Amino acid sequence: MKLEIKKIIENFSLPRIIVFLFLLFLLILTPFSGLRFDSTINDIIVRFGMNGVLVLSLIPMVKSGCGLNFGLQLSIIPGLLGAIISIEMGLRNFIGFFAAIGIAIFFAVISGYLYGLLLNKVKGNEMVVATYVGFSIVSFMCIMWLLLPFKSTDMIWPYGGTGLRPTISNKGYWFNILTDFLKINIGEYLVIPTGNILFFALLALLLWGFFRTKLGTSIAITGINADYARSCGINIDNMRIISVIVSTIIGAIGIIVYQESFGFIQLYLGPLYMSFPAIAAILIGGATVDKASISNVIIGVLLFQGISAAAPSVVNNLLKHDIAEPLRIVITNGMIVYALTRVVRSR
Amino acid sequence: MRNNNLTKRSVGKIINVLLNNTVPIVILLILVFAIPLSNLSGTFIIREIVTRLSRNLFLILSLIIPVLAGMGMNFSIVLGAMSAQIAIIFITDWGIIGIQGVLLAILISTPIAILLGFFAGIILNKAKGKEMVTGFMLSFFVNGIYQIFVLFIMGSLIPISNSEILLDKGYGIRNTINLIGIRQVLDNLIAFDIKGVRIPILLFLIIGLLCIFIIWFKKTKLGHEINTVGQDNDISAYMGINVGKIRILSIVISTILACYGQIIFLQNIGTLTVYDSHIQVGVFTIAAILVGGASVTSANIGNAIIGAILFHAMFVVSPLAGKTLIGNAQIGEYFRVFISYGVIAFSLAVYAWRERIEEKRDEITKGNEI
Repeated sequence: MKLEIKKIIENFSLPRIIVFLFLLFLLILTPFSGLRFDSTINDIIVRFGMNGVLVLSLIPMVKSGCGLNFGLQLSIIPGLLGAIISIEMGLRNFIGFFAAIGIAIFFAVISGYLYGLLLNKVKGNEMVVATYVGFSIVSFMCIMWLLLPFKSTDMIWPYGGTGLRPTISNKGYWFNILTDFLKINIGEYLVIPTGNILFFALLALLLWGFFRTKLGTSIAITGINADYARSCGINIDNMRIISVIVSTIIGAIGIIVYQESFGFIQLYLGPLYMSFPAIAAILIGGATVDKASISNVIIGVLLFQGISAAAPSVVNNLLKHDIAEPLRIVITNGMIVYALTRVVRSR
Repeated sequence: MRNNNLTKRSVGKIINVLLNNTVPIVILLILVFAIPLSNLSGTFIIREIVTRLSRNLFLILSLIIPVLAGMGMNFSIVLGAMSAQIAIIFITDWGIIGIQGVLLAILISTPIAILLGFFAGIILNKAKGKEMVTGFMLSFFVNGIYQIFVLFIMGSLIPISNSEILLDKGYGIRNTINLIGIRQVLDNLIAFDIKGVRIPILLFLIIGLLCIFIIWFKKTKLGHEINTVGQDNDISAYMGINVGKIRILSIVISTILACYGQIIFLQNIGTLTVYDSHIQVGVFTIAAILVGGASVTSANIGNAIIGAILFHAMFVVSPLAGKTLIGNAQIGEYFRVFISYGVIAFSLAVYAWRERIEEKRDEITKGNEI
């Protein structure tokens, strides 16, 4: 009996249970802290739509054996380029949104291909190299945001100053274009962002389908057992590069969806640490360094964003402490440390 | 034919030397261009570099021992920096100033650093082969705990009476603390000026002592054991060395040294930004030692010194060089951030690439044997 419980905990992973119980605890406390339960739920759903695609983008790389994508910035940058070029061209509504995605995909393919080449050279140390390549590219792009010749008055400083502004509003362009698509008003405080959820579902479905094709299966086999894949005549390096490109494309779309829902495009050092919350979310959902599924993403984003949404208001209202931010830091990074100490991957 | 081979070999050697020192050479080239562009006087640059050397070298040297133990760059030295800051908050609260204050800070911070170092060592042992990324994430994780401790426990569970460092709500520590009581006491205790350049002799003596300690330590039995563990875990275990224990020990030593390094750093700066001062310690020290030609598998005192000089020279000149070049000092700021991260990314990638080539070579030779 004892062993069985231990096994269940092992399978479900202790941190995930803790996070789940903590979220449950927060939700129970919501009414007592003078907050509306439905607005908290609304918050969680909105945040799910906002972050879901970004987290989804981690799957292909985990599946091909490249590990957790600590270089998520390499897909965020193409996404940012797509977004600001689309605004520069003055494109609005769905045209603007899809133009942003189209341009982002173009840059993501280039970025993903180079990133994939690099990761093949550093097999076994992907995560630490990716972290710092991600940081480097973000700080390099800081210089570019200052120098690139953008003209749109919505993005540059009105007078004096050089370069793009650190936060650019996309209101009037494609702000909430997905969120408001077919939205369902349940109550004053509860609005379902149907468009976001449908978009996530569509991408998840495409990804699911992709891993059912011959190419997708080959990628998955590469991740499970490289030697076996080699003996099947699969070109491992190519499979890994393709998985990185797919990850990068989804990530680039993910950051545009994030901006669409958030309302702002954050440049300069804004994207520096963006990979960690995404990684923490998929890990809380039950993924490991070498295993991840779409259900991990859905569960993980709901749990992680649930805590991010509920903790600040509930804890602050009850304790008059703003302990939520440090708590979020502990949970995010603790989850990643935990995952890194779990799996000893054989190379 | 033979001659041809020889030249080939020597060309190969030169390429190898260049490859091994790519990072220092590139930074040197950047400096050669950037120094004239910055329009700074030689005295100013030298003065800045001397100050920065005395301020940062101790921290940079704290990285060496984990490299010997084969654990790569110790990103978790941030834990040592946090220990130092907690102790400094206490001595500021108690109003203990001058050299006594510094000594008391050392006394208080040492057990905290040992505890945190021990914790880091245990975690890193569970993540063999992924020490660097784990150490990096660990420093973020402990930063969260540090924030909870400083922001909520200090002043509520742990009494803090000095209202100047306490937040208005009655608990938690303010964002910046003025360290007027210990400001530059180590710098000024023994120091003299040469042509307007102030040389903090005492600090350089302390740093010199640390260098002697590191050289001596390498020759002790423990030092040899650490080295053996760094070479090969399996062989060391076979020789009866407790690999796990040695690895924990080297992280503990590194954390303690980083803690002292941070005390030296903060007494020189004279202000403590409670929630920021420690964050970049790992990145900047690691970038510095890598600029000095160190790698994930080898680092020595020379790397630390050369790296500190080159890296900080670049730090001094790049904002002004950027201003002259493009008319925007912000570019220089971003440029040095980019160089810090870029140097680390490059060195890690080169290391990983080499490791992979060697692995492949091993596979091939193994194949031949069979």
